[in-house]
Amino acid sequence: MAERLTKSAARNVFYGGTIFFFVVFVALVAQSHSYIVTKSSNDDKLTADVKAGKLVWEEHSCINCHTIMGEGAYFAPELSNVWVRYGGREDPEGARQALKAWFESQPTGIPGRRQMPQFNLSEEEMDNLIDFLRWTSKVDTQGWPPNKAG
Amino acid sequence: MQYESQRVALYYFGGALALFVAQVLFGLLAGLVYVAPHFLAETIPFNVLRMIHTNALIVWLLMGFFGAAYYLLPEETENDIHSPKLAIAQFWLFLIGAAAAVIGYLFGIHGGREFLEQPLWIRIAIVVVALMFLYNGTMTLLKGRKTVVANVLMLGLWLAALLFLFALWVPANLSVDKMYWWWIVHLWVEGVWELIMASIMAFMLIRLTGVDREVVEKWLYLIVSLTLFTGILGTGHHYYWIGTPGYWQWVGSIFSVLEVLPFFAMVVFAFYMVWKGGRDHPNKAALLWALGTAVMAFFGAGVWGFMHTLAPVNFYTHGTQITAAHGHLAFYGAYVMLNIAIMTYAMPNLLKRAPYNQVLNMWGFWVTTAAMAFMTFTLTFAGVVQTHLQRVMGMDYMQVQQEIELFYMYRLGAGAVVVIGVLLIVYSLVVPGRRQAAEAPAAE
Repeated sequence: MAERLTKSAARNVFYGGTIFFFVVFVALVAQSHSYIVTKSSNDDKLTADVKAGKLVWEEHSCINCHTIMGEGAYFAPELSNVWVRYGGREDPEGARQALKAWFESQPTGIPGRRQMPQFNLSEEEMDNLIDFLRWTSKVDTQGWPPNKAG
Repeated sequence: MQYESQRVALYYFGGALALFVAQVLFGLLAGLVYVAPHFLAETIPFNVLRMIHTNALIVWLLMGFFGAAYYLLPEETENDIHSPKLAIAQFWLFLIGAAAAVIGYLFGIHGGREFLEQPLWIRIAIVVVALMFLYNGTMTLLKGRKTVVANVLMLGLWLAALLFLFALWVPANLSVDKMYWWWIVHLWVEGVWELIMASIMAFMLIRLTGVDREVVEKWLYLIVSLTLFTGILGTGHHYYWIGTPGYWQWVGSIFSVLEVLPFFAMVVFAFYMVWKGGRDHPNKAALLWALGTAVMAFFGAGVWGFMHTLAPVNFYTHGTQITAAHGHLAFYGAYVMLNIAIMTYAMPNLLKRAPYNQVLNMWGFWVTTAAMAFMTFTLTFAGVVQTHLQRVMGMDYMQVQQEIELFYMYRLGAGAVVVIGVLLIVYSLVVPGRRQAAEAPAAE
């Protein structure tokens, strides 16, 4: 290490630089926050049902098997686009019924296949959860995932 | 060991090692479910196995950090811990909170944010634990010698605690939720935890190599500067596809590529200090772990992170087994090995054992590290195949998973060897060596 760099100079570089980068980061995050709320996520469509659906999602910790927007466990399929995969864009009612039928038929018991637990969701919980997944599928995620497989 | 109050570290190291064993056992069970999917499906579903695996890891690493802090603060500040009783109370609150969380998980009581599944009252208990530590550590620092090592360590722990406050807030908008969730997850492991890591490394290298503190501390500032200058904006690599603006693809790609630098600097630092110092310290195992953590953190966090961090690559690899591969080796290399390094250094001193089961400990190093490397390779191969089939060809997720089953079998095997390695490490640290009486006293 260069002898010219004194310890107090190194300290000043560290604290000064850290504060600089943190301020830049906070500014970008503040801008992103406003971008999410006003542009990318249909925040105005964040209804009570969607919010309740997110709570169902959290209560059963779906994220510790599935991913959503690519984050979570990698044990079960990506769900940010499950609404699209089930054809929700073309036939919303059909997709809703198909998803409900799927929840109700778990666990499948198929040999050698990963098992999703039976969560015994009420009709309302299923509707809310599906509303949440539909809302999520409409967030502008810069074109991710690359295809329907998620 | 020079101060009686350093002994509180033993509580933390003991608790950490117990949870370490639990962590790898639940990891092994989860790995088994990948291969035999009906195993435990009705009793402990995969999501619960995984949350215990990850939570146990995080808690024991934090316990290790607290233990390390209580061990090194007295020597650095040259005075006793402000309140050893408070430190012991803090330990029990932390352990009971963690145990309560795990028992709750087994009965389906949990939240649903990844890694932050703890019910609210446990998250509040964690904040109380952090406050107890911050008060105790800061008071110890304030009345003693303020070295760079002690300052950087306390800064890292302060910032970790402050960032954890975001765990108390769950935004209703998923994109907003994710954006601030990373303030805890990323800014911990790719930010302030590296401050903790670098300062503990600096502490050990001063002791193990005998290099002058002035030199080590300048290096320490260099490494933590590189860490935060790259790591803070490097958070952007998590903001590519969650509803955040497109410019993060540039910010995240550029800064997270640079995140390799502090890890590389850590390797150079560790080896250069050993070469320069030339001290023949009797605790060879501690030196092995200290050098090992620098190297494996560079590969796990640095190289494996770089592999999928560029936005055009990440577009295809995001959320595949590539991420799992990186996650496993990064946590092992940077934080597991660091914790075992400081325990390997400190525990013989605390227990007044000279030199203890060193050879067995080094066996544990090689067995565990080799198995973790093998696990990482298998998951990487699984991830490459998955990325191609699913993200490029568009094949259905579950079909792809069947195609890569072989890799999961290899991973399970690697996991079993990791468990053996971990048991060797824990045994070597906890059980006294047979030849201990005949050996020379350990140098501090």
